[in-house]
Order: sequence, then C-alpha cells, then structure tokens
Amino acid sequence: MRRRTLLVLALAALGGCAAPQPWVAPYERETLADPMMLFSRNAFMDKHRQHVFDVREGSRGAGDGDGGGCGCN
Amino acid sequence: MAATEARTGKTRYAGLLGQLAVALCCTCVAAVAATLPEELAEVMYHSYDGGGVQVTGPALRVRKGFGTDFSASASYYVDSISSASIDVVTSASPYTETRKELAASVDWLQGDSLMTLGYVGSDESDYQSDTVSVAVAQTFFGGMSTLSLGYARGDDTVSRVDTDFEDSISRNSYQLGWSQVVTPKILASLDYEAILETGFLNNPYRSARILGAQVPERYPRARNSHAVALRGIGMVRDNNAVELGYRWYRDTWQVQSHTLETAYVRRLRPGLTAEVSYRYYTQDPASFYADDFDAVFEFMARDKELSTFQSHTLGARVTWDLGRSLGPLQRNEISLGYDFIRFDYDDFTDIRNGELYGFDSHVFQVWFGGRW
Repeated sequence: MRRRTLLVLALAALGGCAAPQPWVAPYERETLADPMMLFSRNAFMDKHRQHVFDVREGSRGAGDGDGGGCGCN
Repeated sequence: MAATEARTGKTRYAGLLGQLAVALCCTCVAAVAATLPEELAEVMYHSYDGGGVQVTGPALRVRKGFGTDFSASASYYVDSISSASIDVVTSASPYTETRKELAASVDWLQGDSLMTLGYVGSDESDYQSDTVSVAVAQTFFGGMSTLSLGYARGDDTVSRVDTDFEDSISRNSYQLGWSQVVTPKILASLDYEAILETGFLNNPYRSARILGAQVPERYPRARNSHAVALRGIGMVRDNNAVELGYRWYRDTWQVQSHTLETAYVRRLRPGLTAEVSYRYYTQDPASFYADDFDAVFEFMARDKELSTFQSHTLGARVTWDLGRSLGPLQRNEISLGYDFIRFDYDDFTDIRNGELYGFDSHVFQVWFGGRW
C-alpha cells in the first residue's frame, strides 16, 4: 500500500514536470503581431526619449531606452 | 571653452551607453518569435529645451540584412548643446559643445535564438566612452515566451578641458529579461538589470556647498544598482491598445525610485496612428546628498539628479504611413513626437532666490523611416 502510494505520488510529480503547452495557438496571434502591440513602437524615438529621462534622474536600467541626447545640464 | 562650467550627467550618460549597447541587443526581441530586425533606414531630428539647456541634433541609423541569418546596423548621433542651466549660471558661465556618437551591431539568427554583438562609442571634449556588448534571446513554448540575457562592458575616460585632470570609469551591466504572451491580446514583460560601476563617478566641474561655501563634490568610487521593470500591453478594442509599466530602482548610494508609465494607442484610420502617454517618476535622495552641508563629510554631493524630486510627463505622438515608395525605400513613415516634462525638487534650492527649484521641459522629435 505504501509502495503504491509512493508510485502515485512519483507519477503525479513527474506529471507536474511536463512542459507546459502553449495556450495561445499560432492562429490566435494576429493581434499580437500588430505593430501597435510593440512595447516600443518606434525604437529610435523611444531611445532618445528615454535618454532625456535617464540623464536627469538618479536611476538607470531595465528600460528600453538606450541613449540619445546629451546628458549635460 | 567649457573650463569652469559645472556639468552634470556625463557619468550618467556614459552609463546609458552601456544600456544602449545592451538595448541594441535586447529590444529587437519579439515575444512571438525570434526574428531578425527589419531592414530600415531612419533619420531623426531631436530637440530638448528645459532648465536653461538646449540640445538639438540629427540622428541616422541604417539596418540591412545579409542572407537569412544575419543583420547589421550602424548609427550616427549628434548632440549640439547650449547650456545655461542652474548648475552653470550659479557657478560659472554658459557653454556650448558637441557630442558625437557612433554605434554598430550585428545580429545572428539561429532557429529560435537571436545573438547580438554591439559597440557604442561617444566622444566629446572632456568625455570619451567605449562600450561593447553581447546578448542572446531564446524563444520557448511555441513562441509564447522569450528569455533574453545581455552583458555590456564600458570603459570611459573623464577629463576637464581647463586642467590636465583625467580619470576613468569601468562599467559592467547585466540584463535578464522575460517576455510572455498572456492571452491572444495581452503581452507582458519582466526585466532586471544590474549595473556595477567603479572609478570617478562624479562631475569634475560641479561643487557641493558647506554652510553656503562651494567645495568640490566627493563621491564614492563604486556604485551598484538594481532595477526591475514590469510592463504589459493589451489590445482593449480593435485598433485601441493600452500599455502599463512600473519600474523599481535601488542602488548602493541609497537612491530609490519608482516609475509609472501608461500609454494609449489608437489607429485613427489605416496608415495613421496616434498615441498619448503619461509618466510619473519619484525619487529618494542619495545618502551623501545635501543642499547645503553643515560640516565636512567624506562624501558630499549637490547634484540635483541625486536629490529628492518628482517629475510628470505628458506626451503625444502621431505616425503616418506614407503608403508609397521613395527610390529604394518602401513603406515609408513619418512620426512626430512631443513631450512636456515638469520637474519639482524637494531639497534643491535655487540659490539665486532661495526657493526650491523646478522647471519645465519640452522635447520634440521628427522621424522618417523607410523599409528596403
């Protein structure tokens, strides 16, 4: 009985390790492919815009900005 | 020409070059599938005006694919700066200068992996910076998830134009990102970045104050920072998208900040898109910041970017698809962008009138891009 319980637990654990299946099928991703759904809809402009903030704030990092404009005050 | 002006942001700017290098590698990654960035020629004119500072200049970038697996880009950026900021007018005389930046990157697509090598170099009269970077992005779960890893190394040289002072900065940036398809209409991303800097991290021109008397600033020679950002974007209705984002930041100088951002994007008609945005930023000061010290301390700063302050930003952008080709360029687009930014400082005094400092800024962008 104890061995059977262990077997059931082991199978359950292995089942938990199974790779998750994509829950959004490729044919459902039309909206996601819309340019409006990009986090940066114009990377070049966003880079400059973010830089304007970065050089005037004490923080940096984990953003999608990457320079542009001088930091000189 | 700029011998005695107080300048800020140079060190901070160089740190951004590292982010530029990493971002060159990581921002092109789509959550849906690993693809090479599209071939694109871009030109932009940018303008900043606020707090007595004007920065204008052109920017160019060209990206071209080679075969099905490789893509390369090169960009050139110019800042023409005219500064009469509060730092400058309270300690020296206004100045002008020019900064030039060159960047290049190569992307290599292999299956669901995108690998990128990048370089950014910046040169101005008293600051040189070179940054190299490497990054890899891998998609999983049938294109549902993308993991990105990035590393950048920067080496800068800091100097003064009026003396033979010279020092250096070394910078290591580590970036980890995860983007996720949540539903058929929602994307999310979680990003972390650590930046480790050592060297001369303050401004060689700027002064702190002790009982009203100006003395050179003194900063620690090391700074480690951590930033975590969570973003989401969703198509709330056909042709209407909403984006939300939050970033938390903390470093070993005890600077802590919170950033909230939101944007609403609407396709007004085919080929014409408009968006409005709002950004709120609030920050706690560095442990060694003071408006006016009452004694001499080991470290002393009076950089308003290390003080306690808040900013509010209202932005708008319009993008037109011109719908016709121009020479070798097809699918040409024009974008116009504007941001109004209000800064309010809680513990930085305008010593000209004794009142707390604050100012408005205006940012304009005109962009043109064409696909091959």
